[in-house]
Amino acid sequence: MSISLRINGEERLLDVDPEMPLLWVLRDVLGLTGTKYGCGAALCGACTVHLEGQVVRSCVTPVRRAQGKSVTTIEGLSPDGSHPLQRAWVEQGVPQCGFCQAGQLMTAAALLKEHPVPTDAQIDQSMAGNLCRCGTYCRIRDAIKKVSGGGR
Amino acid sequence: MFLEASKVLRHPRCANCHPDGDVPLQAMEAVPHEPPVTRGPADRGVVGMECTSCHQDRNLENARVPGAPNWHLAPREMAWVGKSPRFICEQMKDPRRNGGKSLAQIVHHNAHDELVAWGWLPGHGREPAPGTQAQFGELVAAWVETGAECPDEGAQP
Repeated sequence: MSISLRINGEERLLDVDPEMPLLWVLRDVLGLTGTKYGCGAALCGACTVHLEGQVVRSCVTPVRRAQGKSVTTIEGLSPDGSHPLQRAWVEQGVPQCGFCQAGQLMTAAALLKEHPVPTDAQIDQSMAGNLCRCGTYCRIRDAIKKVSGGGR
Repeated sequence: MFLEASKVLRHPRCANCHPDGDVPLQAMEAVPHEPPVTRGPADRGVVGMECTSCHQDRNLENARVPGAPNWHLAPREMAWVGKSPRFICEQMKDPRRNGGKSLAQIVHHNAHDELVAWGWLPGHGREPAPGTQAQFGELVAAWVETGAECPDEGAQP
């Protein structure tokens, strides 16, 4: 079955099983490997992408849900890594191992789009589904606040 | 008659998403939802942690994530957790607390709504609500047809 969708601004027509997880399509069909496989059960957030601007866990999202819609991955957040959050991530030295950071950035980007100056509670509630086994949570929060103008 | 229906309404498959708070519950033990999510302004979570960030329009057996169309929390005024059958009965008849529904609409909702239907097809080894949705719909219809009486406070099925 053909699935038509827009990925990072580019129209794509894919011959894939409509039940295939979007993450598989991104990584194995399209080679967009910035989005990571973590748990496969929507529990860790490593696979976070945007579907029509909404945060979704691509490991459990069947690609049929994206039919006719727009998907943004970490590769599409900015063409050259210059999104304010990506710059702040570098300046704050946020990543340690880095595996979860694409998902962290995608959720943080969605948060700041809806709440340009989020409260600590809003940051905690929105980022609660993105786990970091290195424990970089404080630096993640600092970077988000740096971009929002609310940080130190 | 409502007491019989309350066996469904207060079953964890149904009541877990009718919490008296801002966090949905899960499992037969009605523990707080994990990952930690919050109700949000429209009962559908908050940005980054929306219900449909993870829940799809059907159950995912491999990932064990439950799903059905229009997955969301019941509004706070429809809380059932910790409430008596009489409280829930009065609530269900009150348009200010039942989404503005008539009793006929309540019958139709319980008998045919796709998210309500999930309670009997919860997937991945979860215990379903008692009976079937068809039986539940007939029970609620009979309750309405016989006057929609509420049980005494303290009455239990």
